[in-house]
Amino acid sequence: MSTTLLDKTQIGDNIAIQLKDVNIRYRMLHERTSSLKEFVLNWITGNNSYTHFWALRDISLRVNTGESIGIIGDNGAGKSTLLRVIARILRPAVGEAHIRGSVTPILELGALFDAELTGRENIYLNGAMFGYSRQVMNGKLDQLLDFAGLGDFIDSPLRTYSNGMVARLAFAIATDIEADIILIDEVLAVGDNNFRQKCISRMESFLERGTTLITVSHNLGLIQQLCSRVIWMEHGQIKADGSPTEIIPAYEQTATLDLFDSSQAGRE
Amino acid sequence: MNEINSLVNYRYLIGELILRNIKTRYKRSLLGVAWTMVNPLLTMLVMTIVFSQLFAFDLPHYPVYLLAGLLLWNFFSETTVSATRNLIWSSNLLKRIYIPKSLFATAAVGTGLVNLLLALVPLGIIILITGSKIGPALLFLPAALLLVSAFSLGVGLAVSAQAVFFTDVVDMYQILLVAWMYLTPVFYPQNILPDQFQWIIRINPMYYILECFRSPLYLNQIPEPHIILGAVISAVAALVLGGFLFTRKSDDFAYYL
Repeated sequence: MSTTLLDKTQIGDNIAIQLKDVNIRYRMLHERTSSLKEFVLNWITGNNSYTHFWALRDISLRVNTGESIGIIGDNGAGKSTLLRVIARILRPAVGEAHIRGSVTPILELGALFDAELTGRENIYLNGAMFGYSRQVMNGKLDQLLDFAGLGDFIDSPLRTYSNGMVARLAFAIATDIEADIILIDEVLAVGDNNFRQKCISRMESFLERGTTLITVSHNLGLIQQLCSRVIWMEHGQIKADGSPTEIIPAYEQTATLDLFDSSQAGRE
Repeated sequence: MNEINSLVNYRYLIGELILRNIKTRYKRSLLGVAWTMVNPLLTMLVMTIVFSQLFAFDLPHYPVYLLAGLLLWNFFSETTVSATRNLIWSSNLLKRIYIPKSLFATAAVGTGLVNLLLALVPLGIIILITGSKIGPALLFLPAALLLVSAFSLGVGLAVSAQAVFFTDVVDMYQILLVAWMYLTPVFYPQNILPDQFQWIIRINPMYYILECFRSPLYLNQIPEPHIILGAVISAVAALVLGGFLFTRKSDDFAYYL
């Protein structure tokens, strides 16, 4: 039960992520009791049964520094849960997770923003979430504003922005934060082609610098373009792990076969 | 210890959150920051009329007594409630990136301190107007602020740790706060309670904390040693207990939020 920052003794120098038999279990009260009153009443009547939901089962994975990994799989396969383990948000109750260095997730648009604050204020707020002072963020400001291309809107409250503008700002901030591992969860789905291309070339420049990249996407073309290794997840387990040219066609095949099969993932 | 360490690493975020709390609170209001000062003044005005005229409390400079009590109580209730609210509201954030979770309670206390310092300005004016005594005992005030901050942080952590799992904890806590306020000599003099009920005040941690804050402002006196001792014990106990309850659960938050 450990998730450690910079754990040199445990993992080799060129390894960015090492997971050993990681299991993530969500414990849900039946009917999701979320009030104390209900909980106490149910407890008195003996109605508090739990459902266990295994989001990840026996995941073992080793990612070398500088690799670009794509994670594919159906909805509910555990892709996002796996990203959360890597981002140190979820600590595995069973198994070990060693993650070396800083991790920056690039998330659904503006998940980290405050709508009442201006673009500029949000830049400072976001920077601080990753441990950067205003001073540091000011040093990055020009480059960041240039990439986001918001013009005078940067000093307007975020609630006046269009979705595309929020996306550009979010991406500009996230990619200006120097991280050892970057996680991308379905963000490139939004934004026009032009912006997407700009993002992809930026990702590629990160890879050249030795950043480790983990991408979750249903866009197989994007995975093919960006990743050198693909992990296929199913029912909370790794079903296959290999090069994009092997895994992607195999996944596409089952996806068409399973079109009418609506089997539930991993419930007990 | 780990939690304290990561708070230091994220010190910029605490600052940004405090700034955000203050900015978003006043951004769309006409009077802006002036509200922080006007609000307790208006409450004080109403309560002064009610209590000094109707109940005829026999206290000199009653507005100063009342306002000092109100400011401190508001600080305590606002910071502990917003510590809890902030944590719940930030669930979106906590699901997505790693942030030390005690940061929200810390930022709530920081925001409360800024507001309290602003509200000391109108209190100063009232002290001058009523001709209440003021002097070197004020030097004790920073210590009092430290004590109330520590106590509020501890209570805020304890309550918010429970509120993650059960949403109605905040509502229950707010009801409890009202009862607690009436049991604390915030707006009435301590001696109106008959002797056989004085123990209610003596076991109330907020009584000691309140007196630490009010003595220098209202009586121009450093609080008596047993008051200071009571306040220190309360603050340390709250912080230790709150910290323990919070860190014991904080790893599980991401599973529930």
